[in-house]
Amino acid sequence: MTRATVIGAGVAGLCVATELVARGCAVTVFDPVLQPGPHHCSWWAGGMLAPFCEGETAEEPVVRLGQQAARWWERQGVGVTQRGTVVVALNRDRRELDRFARRIEGHTLLDGSALAALEPDLSGRFDRALHVTAEAHLDPRAALRHLRTRLERDGVTFIAEPGHADGLTFDCRGHAARDALPDLRGVKGEMVVLRAPDIRLTRPVRLLHPRFPLYVVPRADGHFMLGATQIESDDRRRRVRSVLELLSAAYALHPAFGEAELVEIGADARPAFPDNLPRIVRRGETIHVNGLFRHGFLLAPALARMATELAFDHSKPEFYYADHG
Amino acid sequence: MLLYGTAIASRLMLGTAQYPSPAVLAEAFRRSAAGIATVSVRREAGGDRAGAAFWDLIRDLDVTLLPNTAGCHSVREAVTTAHMARELFDTPWIKLEVIGHADTLQPDPFGLVEAARILTDEGFKVFPYTTEDVVLADRLLQAGCEVLMPWGAPIGTGLGLTNIYGLRTLRAQFPDVPMVVDAGLGLPSQAAMAMELGYDAVLLNTAVAKAGDPATMAAGFARAVEAGRLAYEADPMEPRDMAAPSTPVIGRAFLT
Repeated sequence: MTRATVIGAGVAGLCVATELVARGCAVTVFDPVLQPGPHHCSWWAGGMLAPFCEGETAEEPVVRLGQQAARWWERQGVGVTQRGTVVVALNRDRRELDRFARRIEGHTLLDGSALAALEPDLSGRFDRALHVTAEAHLDPRAALRHLRTRLERDGVTFIAEPGHADGLTFDCRGHAARDALPDLRGVKGEMVVLRAPDIRLTRPVRLLHPRFPLYVVPRADGHFMLGATQIESDDRRRRVRSVLELLSAAYALHPAFGEAELVEIGADARPAFPDNLPRIVRRGETIHVNGLFRHGFLLAPALARMATELAFDHSKPEFYYADHG
Repeated sequence: MLLYGTAIASRLMLGTAQYPSPAVLAEAFRRSAAGIATVSVRREAGGDRAGAAFWDLIRDLDVTLLPNTAGCHSVREAVTTAHMARELFDTPWIKLEVIGHADTLQPDPFGLVEAARILTDEGFKVFPYTTEDVVLADRLLQAGCEVLMPWGAPIGTGLGLTNIYGLRTLRAQFPDVPMVVDAGLGLPSQAAMAMELGYDAVLLNTAVAKAGDPATMAAGFARAVEAGRLAYEADPMEPRDMAAPSTPVIGRAFLT
């Protein structure tokens, strides 16, 4: 049985470990914190599987590879809601909607009544919207826990240590791997979780705004995740201004958010390379899988597949960077 | 073009915010051959050097850096941010923004003059982001500024030069002061117009960063800036209104 080591048990590490188990490897996972939690960047994710919307600014591979994500997560037994994404803009910013529509694929234009049929709570609030039909969302924390539990059941050993390379090793430490990958930088994201049982939204809603764009992702029991700032900084402190922006935008989307319960405010630094695309870097027997930026749940499945193909099938994957260290 | 005694080859300056990625940003700079990059400090710094990785990428662009005080709403914030910028980037240059209105991001003229005076007294080379107001410009020069950065339109609007008369007046009143039209430009034609009015340079960010293809838009702006400058230097003809009736010539003894 081939032995493999995974360092880092965030979304990248757990996805890689899952692919390794599927190939029959004996896998050991290192992470100073064993259970998925605030220590992992992916803990703070929105969980949108929205390759088309991301295509507004992301490069083509994100759109293409991201389309595989929903199916992969479903195959692992993770609950994935496939209801698409709704995109709206306030009246003053209505041209933002035209611009967004020009730049993405896979959307249909809705008038006010079609929007009301999809999301009754937005009825009367917007006279135009986009429905990006082939998108999905999941609860990232539930997804991480699910992978973790299943890996343990399948015999994967989890060790509560920072870990070290040992034979075939997949380094999935995210921003913590900056010591080995100096091109890596942190892009701060701040998010808010609210509980608003009065509001019913069944799919992620993006509110376009030239300065304060917002997305709202519905979660179980009337919870909503509001995200996310994007600041060139590896600071992890939660800032009042960012929270004000997110909450103001949510209030503009629906005033009932004003009565919501403030459940959680989070922040972390997304690991990113200069082109904001992920990389698979091979150094001897160590394969780095990193730079997932704001596309952890969207791209980790494809990256995990590529990284294991590189290790076992000797195929040179997209995003491959040969040993230049 | 001399700015505080430093020769700058390019008359195009670019901001560094809102690009899809640092790689796209770098490509936009390459295609534009911009000579100066503005970089915001306040939000990225987080009180320490948390933005250092990004700033290293900006330094790699190998252009002159002009840190700014974007996001500062008071004199004290702006002065503190300028101090931070001087330390981080080892430059006395500071693009001074004191925002007076949270929605339109209009400059606060009173705070701007006060902050400009404090900073020039401390040895900073201040590039104030201002309106096209002539009186305010005069006060900023009295406060020690040697360069002015009047807006074309509010930040991020892409409306172009919304008060051409005002910009023309400002240029005419202070013909020897280097002036950069900053903010509000959306299209290369608007940048060309600013240069034709005799402005020394233009500074933009959103128009490039938020274009579908930032690098191509940057190249477009570079050519427009050059075209506008050439037109200004060439002393353009005066337009003539042939639609207005005048004395017909043909068939008349006009030489008599």
